[in-house]
Amino acid sequence: MRIKSTLENYIFVLPAVLIFAVFYIIPFIWVFQLGLFDWDGILPTKIFVGLDNFKEILFDKIWWQSMGNAGYITLIALTFQNALAFLLAWACDREIRGKNFYRVIFFIPPVLSEVVVGLVWQWILDGNYGLLNSWLANLGLGHLARSWLSDPQTALTAVAIVHCWKGFGWGFLIFLAGLQTIPRELYEAARVDGANAWVSFRKITIPLMVPVAVLVAILTVLGTMQAFVLIIAMTGGGPAYHTQVPVLRILASMRGSSRFGYACAQGISFGVILMAISFIQYRFSKKSRA
Amino acid sequence: MFKLRITICTLLIGFALFAGCAPKQETGITIWHWMTDREPAFQELARRYEAKFGVKVNFELYAPSDAYSQKVRAAAQGEILPDIFGILGEKRDFASFIKAGHILDLTPYMEANNAEWKSSFFSKALAVNEFNEGNSYGVKPGTYGAPIDIMTIQMLYNKSLFKALGLNPRKPPATFEELLDIGKKISAAKMQGLVSGWAEVWMIDCFANNYAFNIMGKDKVLATIKGEVPYTDPDWIKVLTFFKQMQESGVLANGVVTMINKTAEQLFANDKAVFAFNGSWCVNVYKGMNPKLDYGAMLPPEASEKFPMAIWGGAGSSFMVNERSKNKEEGVKFLQWLTGAEQQAYLAQATNNLPANKNATGRITDILAQFADSMENATHPNVWGVSEFSVVIEAFDKGIQSIIIGEKTPEQVAAEVQRIKERELAKKRYR
Repeated sequence: MRIKSTLENYIFVLPAVLIFAVFYIIPFIWVFQLGLFDWDGILPTKIFVGLDNFKEILFDKIWWQSMGNAGYITLIALTFQNALAFLLAWACDREIRGKNFYRVIFFIPPVLSEVVVGLVWQWILDGNYGLLNSWLANLGLGHLARSWLSDPQTALTAVAIVHCWKGFGWGFLIFLAGLQTIPRELYEAARVDGANAWVSFRKITIPLMVPVAVLVAILTVLGTMQAFVLIIAMTGGGPAYHTQVPVLRILASMRGSSRFGYACAQGISFGVILMAISFIQYRFSKKSRA
Repeated sequence: MFKLRITICTLLIGFALFAGCAPKQETGITIWHWMTDREPAFQELARRYEAKFGVKVNFELYAPSDAYSQKVRAAAQGEILPDIFGILGEKRDFASFIKAGHILDLTPYMEANNAEWKSSFFSKALAVNEFNEGNSYGVKPGTYGAPIDIMTIQMLYNKSLFKALGLNPRKPPATFEELLDIGKKISAAKMQGLVSGWAEVWMIDCFANNYAFNIMGKDKVLATIKGEVPYTDPDWIKVLTFFKQMQESGVLANGVVTMINKTAEQLFANDKAVFAFNGSWCVNVYKGMNPKLDYGAMLPPEASEKFPMAIWGGAGSSFMVNERSKNKEEGVKFLQWLTGAEQQAYLAQATNNLPANKNATGRITDILAQFADSMENATHPNVWGVSEFSVVIEAFDKGIQSIIIGEKTPEQVAAEVQRIKERELAKKRYR
C-alpha cells in the first residue's frame, strides 16, 4: 500500500519532471555538447575540438568587455533603479491621493515593447535632432549637447539609464506587494511607543523588506545581465564595442560569424556565471535573515 | 482505479509532448522570404500564377531579415525548409547549405534549351549564385539560385542641399579631395554629411572595400583575404585613414556609427543629410518617405587613379529550390516563370528594384537607371571565390567605428585586425 502510494505520487510529478527535462535539462546538455564542436550550424559534420571553445572564451577580450558593460548596467540597475522602485513603492503604500493612478503610471514602462522604447529613446537622445539636445539648448545648456548614443563617454550610461527607466516598474510592483504584507499593527504599536516615521521605517520597514529586496536584486541581476533587445534598438552594441553585452556577443558568434559551437560555449559559460551570482545572492540573503 | 490514473497520465503526457509536432499539410508551392516591400507584388504574382497554371503559391513573409535568417537556419537543421527559400548570409553559408543537401543544383535547368534560362539574366546577377571550378568552398561547380532582382550599393547626394551649399547639383564630387572639401562646407553650414546604416557593420565593410579596390586593386584585396598581404600594409592603413579624414572634415554625419539604415534613410529622405550610402532598394524607400526628394546617385569619389572604383552589386535577392522538396520540379517551373521578362518588369515597376532579367529593363525610372549604369563597377564578396574570416571582418568594421569616434588610430586598428587574422589562420592550419 505504501509503495503504491509512493509510486502514485511520483506519477503525479512525472509530467512536470518530463517537461522540465525536455525543455530545460536536455537542451542544456545538448548546448554543452555543441560547445565541444566547431560547427557552422548548417553542415551535418561537426569537428570535435574538446574544450577549445571554452578556453578561447577565457582570452576573448571583447567577451569580457561585454561582461563588464553588462556588469556596469547591472550595478546602476541594482542601485538607482531599485532605490527608485523602493522609494516610489513606499510612497504609494502610504495614504496619498491618487495612489492607484501612480501605480498604473509606474507600471507602464515595463509593459511597453523594448524595441519601441529603444527607438523612442534613440530619437530623444539623437545627437542631431534629438529632444534632449533641443531641451538643453532651450535651457541655455547647449554646450552639454552631444551625440549621447554615439559618444563612447556617454553611450553605455545612456543605455543603462533607459534600461532602468524601462525596468523599475517590476521592482516597484514587488516592493509594493512586500510593503503591503507588513502588518499595520506594527507601525501603530511603534507610534504608541513614541517612534517617529523615520524610526518606524528604519526599524520595521527595512528589516522586513530585506527578503523582498534580495528577490528584487536577484531578478534585477538576471534580467539586466541578459538585456539585449533595448540595446540592439538603441545602439546595435556600438559605437565600436562600447555597449556590447554578453547576449549580443552570443548572437554575433551564432549569426554574424556562424560559429555555433563557440556561441554554445559562450551561452553555457554565461549561464554558469549567472547561476553562480544567483547562488551567492541567495546564500547572502539566507545569512542576513539568520 | 490506479491503472486508470496511470493510463490517463500517460495519455496526457503523450498528448502534451507530441500534439504540436504534427506537420502542417500544405498544397502547392511554399516560399519563404523576408522582403516586406515586395510582399504585395509577390502575392499578386502568386495569384497570376495560380490563375494561369492552377498551382497555388504561398509566399510566407518572415521579417525582419535577422529573424528570417535565423528561421531558415533552424529549418535547415530540422530539415523542414519550404519548397523555395532565400539565404541571407555570406558565400560560405550558401556553400554549407549546398553541402548539407538543402539546395538543388539548377545548372541542368539553366543550361537546357541552349541555356535559354541562364542567358536571360545579367551575368553579374547570376554570378553570386554560381560556384566555379576549383572553388575554395568545395562545392560542385554549378548554379544554385535564381536572382529575382539586382542591386548596387553606392553614394547618393541631395541636390537641394547641394544648391543650398552653393554647389552644382549636376556635378557631384569626383575625387576624394573634392569630397573632403565639400565636407568642410557641410561643417561650416552646420548641416549633416553622409548618413548610412553603419551600426550594421556590413555597410562600413562595403564602403571600406570600395576604397580598398580603388587603391590597391582586386588582386591585392584578395591576396589579403588569402593571408598573403597583411592588414598592416600601407594601402590598408590608407583605407582606414580615409574614415579619419572624412570624420575630421565633416563629411560624416554625427552619430553615423550607431545609425541604423532606417534612420539614415529617414534623414536623407527628409532633406536632413547631404550624402547617403545605400543600396538601390532605397529608391522605393525614399519614394514612400518623400516623393519630392531631389537626389542623384554617384560612385564614391575616387581616391586613386591606379584602379577603378568598385562598388558592391550584383544579385539583390535570389531564391533557391529545396533539394529535399517533393515539389522541386514545380518549384523550378515557378522560378522560371517568376524570372521571366513579363513578371520581372512587373516586379521592377511595382517595387522600384532593378530586374535581374536583362529583357525587362525597359520601364525603369531615371534614378534606377543611374544605379543600373554603375553595374559595370559592381563586384561582390560572393563572387570573389574566397571569404574573409567573420571575426576579422567584425574587428575591421568595429575598428573603423573606433577610428571615427577618435578612440583608435588607423595603425592601431590595422595591427589589431592583423593579430586576429593571424590567430584565425593558425587555428585553421591546426584544425
